[in-house]
Amino acid sequence: MQHGKYRFIVGFLIAPMALYVIFVVWPFIQSIYYSFTDWTGLSPDFEMVGFDNYTKMFKDDIFWKSLEHSVLLAVLLPLVTLGLALFFAFMLNVGGRRRKDAVISGVRGSGFYKIAYFFPQVLSIAIVAILFQFAFDPAQGMINGSLKAFGFDHDLPNWLGDPKLALWCIMAVLVWCTTGFFVVLFSAGMASIPKDFYEAALLDGATRFTTFFRITLPLLWDTVQSGWVYMGILALGAEGFAVVNIMSVGPGGPDYSTTVLPLYVYQAAFRDGQAGYATTIGVALLLVTLAFAAVVMKLGRRERLEY
Amino acid sequence: MKTTDTPPALREEGGVPGQRVAKTDGGGTPEAKRGEGHVLNVFSHGVLVIWAVLVILPLFWAVMSAFKSDKAIFNSPWALPDSLSFDAWGRAWNQAHMSEYFLNTVLVVGGSLVGTLVLGSMAAYVLARFDFPGNRFIYFLFVGGMSFPVMLALVPLFYVMDNMGLLNTIHGLILVYIAYSLPFTVFFLTSFFRTLPTSVAEAALIDGASHTRTFFQVMLPMAKPGLISVGIFNFLGQWNQYMLPTVLNTDPDKRVLAQGLVELSTSQGYKGDYSGLFAGLVIAMLPVLAAYIVFQRQVVAGLTAGALK
Repeated sequence: MQHGKYRFIVGFLIAPMALYVIFVVWPFIQSIYYSFTDWTGLSPDFEMVGFDNYTKMFKDDIFWKSLEHSVLLAVLLPLVTLGLALFFAFMLNVGGRRRKDAVISGVRGSGFYKIAYFFPQVLSIAIVAILFQFAFDPAQGMINGSLKAFGFDHDLPNWLGDPKLALWCIMAVLVWCTTGFFVVLFSAGMASIPKDFYEAALLDGATRFTTFFRITLPLLWDTVQSGWVYMGILALGAEGFAVVNIMSVGPGGPDYSTTVLPLYVYQAAFRDGQAGYATTIGVALLLVTLAFAAVVMKLGRRERLEY
Repeated sequence: MKTTDTPPALREEGGVPGQRVAKTDGGGTPEAKRGEGHVLNVFSHGVLVIWAVLVILPLFWAVMSAFKSDKAIFNSPWALPDSLSFDAWGRAWNQAHMSEYFLNTVLVVGGSLVGTLVLGSMAAYVLARFDFPGNRFIYFLFVGGMSFPVMLALVPLFYVMDNMGLLNTIHGLILVYIAYSLPFTVFFLTSFFRTLPTSVAEAALIDGASHTRTFFQVMLPMAKPGLISVGIFNFLGQWNQYMLPTVLNTDPDKRVLAQGLVELSTSQGYKGDYSGLFAGLVIAMLPVLAAYIVFQRQVVAGLTAGALK
């Protein structure tokens, strides 16, 4: 029996473990090792160079720019997205008051809104990015086209071509495609808050603002916090990379105004033939991600509310 | 006011809820509350409608543009197409190789989805149900993968794949998709297997079923709801994957949909064929949009149960 048990455990774990270690864990460990080498990625020869890559990175203007943009994305994007999502979710679930007989209920048509808002979430981030690249096109895109239709004819913005605007356009796209997901997520959280809480508050004459800040938000705090971490990791990683790589001029431009850390890793490794240096930037990205998650968890810690 | 509001409520729902509504309306100052409610209602409804329009319009614009001529796309972006022309669709499907990209995507996602579910549930079952040295370590090794930036591992991974001869192959891509889907899948299914009752599995074991047989014939069918949730989550994630194929799959013949479209939108040869591009975009969007509309509940449940637990 005991013998059979261990054979079974090993048999079931071996294939998933092997795949995971070969394709995920081992490359991670390697990348930390490579960050101390001058490996180009083009030839198999390389030498250990100690902390050379790291000192180079600290003097690299492009690195600092991409770090700044990545941190901006990780901080601002969740703030806007989660804020919007909280507002929408509250309106859709609690906002429409004194309708029918339910103590609390959503505004009219909340079912439709929930379905519509979720749409962008099922689309590929690449498709969304291509779509908006066209929408932002200064001469022929949907956005300037609509502005023209409203009578704005002069000095229409060159959205993605303007270093001052490009990063904001990219953030807007990320907000566009992620907000719906959090609306639905927060809706699920709000549905599990007992109705008596709202009832008691309403009896005491609470307005919607008080209801939101005194009941909904505190009881939803855990979900908001993990949503923040989730969103930040997305912005620092795959989604941020995809949107910048597809939408921005260059990519990363104009004038490095949209470069983010994952894009810089990609370019250094596969365009500039600096695989060793790329992994150094990757290590910085890893540290930023871990620090971000730690800070959010630490700052967001509240006493857990049981209900 | 009260007399018109409350009686139907009382009749419909009976007693308690109706009375409560009556109390809330009666307590405080009804007039003032109504005023606050009205202004807020108009405001919040306005914002909700604006956001719905912002979400739907770009998609609508894309679908409409796919039916138009290039000239019409620029000159009158919001006009309905004059006639339904399917030219662009044919161009996108055949000349722009969308059909091949579609097939590649189906192959890669089909293979990875099955692999992810089988391997993920096997690992999760063992980790959730058996006590053995190293159990916690392996669990955290898997789960830790969720928070690491994939880009960091991709640089060495490219060369690992190169050495193994897996670069630019469909099966190589499948293996990598599975590996990167495992952290979340194992995390989700482990907590799911823990919630399943042990008695059924024990009964099967006493009746002489092997562990393997118990898993496939008893536990896996019981885990169906969890498998569906995590399956939808992985399907969308893998169908929409962009970063992994961009780095690991540079052979033009092996491109998946997202890659093919990006390539199309930037390559010189197709610059100018905007309606063709929009048709390509819509071809890539339609399957998931249709699936979402049909399986709306399951998709939402799968994704949200998936994200945070």
